[in-house]
Amino acid sequence: MTGFDLQPRVRVLAAGDRARWRAFSLRQSLRGIWVIAYRELLRFARERSRLASTLGMPIIFMVVFSEGLKRQIGALAVGVDFVKFMYPGIIAMSVFINAIFSGLSVVWDREIGFLKEVLVSPLNRSGVVLGKALGASVIALFQALVMLALAPLFGVPLSLRIVLELIPIVIVLAFSLAGFGLLIGSRMRSQQGFQVLVQMVVFPLTFLAGVFFPVNNVPRWMEIVSKLNPLTYGVDAIRRIFLVGEISATGQNSGHSIIGVTVFGHTTTTIEDVALVGVLGAALLIGAIFSFNRHT
Amino acid sequence: MNHEQKTPSASEIVISTAGLARNFGHTQAVKGISFSVAEGEVFGFLGPNGAGKTTTISMLCTLLAPSAGEATVAGFDIRSKRTEVRRSIGLVFQDPTLDEYLTAIQNLRFHAYAYGVPRRVRDERIHELLNLMELWDRRNSSVREFSGGMKRRLEIARGLLHHPRILFLDEPTLGLDPQTRHRIWKYVLDLRRRESLTIFLTTHYMDEAENCDRIAIIDDGEIVALDRPEVLKNSLGGDVVTLRVEDGKSAVAELFARYELSASIEGDRVCFKLPGAEEFLPGLMRSFSCEILGVTVRRPSLDDVFLSLTGHSIRDDRPATGQQLRRYLNTPGMKSQLN
Repeated sequence: MTGFDLQPRVRVLAAGDRARWRAFSLRQSLRGIWVIAYRELLRFARERSRLASTLGMPIIFMVVFSEGLKRQIGALAVGVDFVKFMYPGIIAMSVFINAIFSGLSVVWDREIGFLKEVLVSPLNRSGVVLGKALGASVIALFQALVMLALAPLFGVPLSLRIVLELIPIVIVLAFSLAGFGLLIGSRMRSQQGFQVLVQMVVFPLTFLAGVFFPVNNVPRWMEIVSKLNPLTYGVDAIRRIFLVGEISATGQNSGHSIIGVTVFGHTTTTIEDVALVGVLGAALLIGAIFSFNRHT
Repeated sequence: MNHEQKTPSASEIVISTAGLARNFGHTQAVKGISFSVAEGEVFGFLGPNGAGKTTTISMLCTLLAPSAGEATVAGFDIRSKRTEVRRSIGLVFQDPTLDEYLTAIQNLRFHAYAYGVPRRVRDERIHELLNLMELWDRRNSSVREFSGGMKRRLEIARGLLHHPRILFLDEPTLGLDPQTRHRIWKYVLDLRRRESLTIFLTTHYMDEAENCDRIAIIDDGEIVALDRPEVLKNSLGGDVVTLRVEDGKSAVAELFARYELSASIEGDRVCFKLPGAEEFLPGLMRSFSCEILGVTVRRPSLDDVFLSLTGHSIRDDRPATGQQLRRYLNTPGMKSQLN
C-alpha cells in the first residue's frame, strides 16, 4: 500500500491511554466541525439562487417597508424614525432565517443520500451537528455584514463600536437558532415538512419578535406572546447596539421604551438579552446532538 | 488466489459474523447468519430483493445495530469499536450519496478531510483514483451533470480514497446498462489486483456473482449456500445434455450400458447430466449406434442453483422469470432436483 496506515494509532489508543484517547476524540470532533462547516459554505457559495435569495430578501424587506411606511409612521422616539427602528430588526430576522435553515440542510442531505456518507465516516455526531451550526452561523454573519455595508443607503449611521458589538451577538444568536433548526431537522424526513414548519412557526415567531414594531407598546395579548417568544430578546439585543447611543443622547421618551424588553417592570439589558438566547440555544444544540445520535 | 481453501484461516479473516440478526418490528430481516471473509477475497451476497442483503451490509458498516449476534470487521467489533470499523471500510451504497451541487473533486476532497487523509497523499490519491475511473477530465464538473455510471464510478473512487481494507459495494451496478456494468466490474477486479483489498458486495445479478471468489446465497434472511460459484454449480450434477434421437428407449439403454449414465426420456428427447459434457460428446457422437438428430448442452447457472436451493427464482420481479422458470422445469433432468 502506498499510503498510510491508521490501524497502529487506533490500537495504541484502544490499549487504554485515556488522556490520549480524549485528545483523539476531541480532534475528531474538531475535524467534524470544520469539515462539515467547510461543505456548508462551499454549498452556499456554489448555489447562486440561494445566495441571491439570502441577500435579496432582507434588502427587499428593507426597501419596500421603509419606503412604503416612511410617510405613514413618524419618529418612534426622538431621532429614531421607522427605518432606523426596523433596520436592526431586519438584520436579526435574516440571521434567524439563515440559522434555522441549517436544519433544512440536514433534511436535504438525508433526502439526497449525502447524510449517509457523513454518518458512515469516522466523524462523530456532535462534530457534525456543531459543524452545521458553525456553517450556518458564518453564513448568517456574512449576511449581517452585507446588510451592515448597506446601512448608509438607508441612512443608518455606523460606527466601529456597532460593528464590533454586532459580530459576537450575531454569532450567539445564529448558533442558538441553528440549535433549534437542527433539533427539528434531525427528526424531519422531508423538505416539505420542514418548509411548512418554517412557515407555520418560524415566520409568525419572527414577526412577533418585534422586528417591525416595539413590543412594549402593543395590545396586551400580543405583548404576552411576544415577551414569551425568545426571538424577541434576540431582536432587542441587535436593536440596542444601533439605538442605545441615539436614545441616551437624546433622552428617553416618556412612556414605553422602544428598546429593552420590559418584563414585570424590569427592562432587559443587552447582556440579559444575549444570555437568555444563548442559554436557550445551548440547550437546543445539546438537544440536537442527542436527537441526532438517536434518530440517525 | 488460493482456490484450494474453502474457508479462510483465522489469521487472514477480515470479516466474521456469528448469529448476526436484525428484526424490524416482528419481521426478521436477517435471521442469525454466520460467515467469514478472507483478506483479498471478492465475496458476494447473492439473493433477491428483500432477502436481507442491505440490512446485513448496514450492520457490518455500523449504520444499523444488530438485534442479536456478533460481528467483527477488520478485527474490530461492530458494536463497541464503531469509529475504528468506519475508518477501515469504504462503502458504496445502492442509492447515490454524492453532493450533486459540488464538483467531482470537491466531493472527493470532502471525503479526504472527513477521513483525515494526510495532505501529502491526498491529491496524489485523488488523481490516481479519478484516472483509474476515467473521470479525471470531468473532475471540475458538477456531479449533477454526470450519468448514472459516472456517479457510480465516482462513488467507488470515493470509497477507496482513504485506503480502506474492505470495500463494501451494495448492488454496485443496479440500474446501469450492460456496458457500464461491464466497465464497473473491470475496475473492481482491477482494483483487487492493485490494492490489497477485500471486496464485499451484494447483487441480484447472477452473471455478476460469477465474478466473485465465493458467494453466499441468501434468501429470506438466511444463508442457504456458501461456496465458490463453480462448486455451487457443479453441485447440481454437471451439464445438462439433451439428445434428440430416433429411438429414445434404445438410446437410454445404450447410454447406461456404455457409460453408466441414467438418462430420462421425454418424447423424442433423452436427457442426462454429466460434468464436462463438451469433451464427452464428440466421442459419443462418433460411436453411438442410435441416430442423433440434435444435441443441446446447457451449463447450470447460479439461477439454477438458487432455484434448486430455495424453490423459487431469484428475479421474481423480472417479467422474463415465468419464461425462464418454464424452460427450466421443461428440462427433464432438473425435475428430480426439485422433488
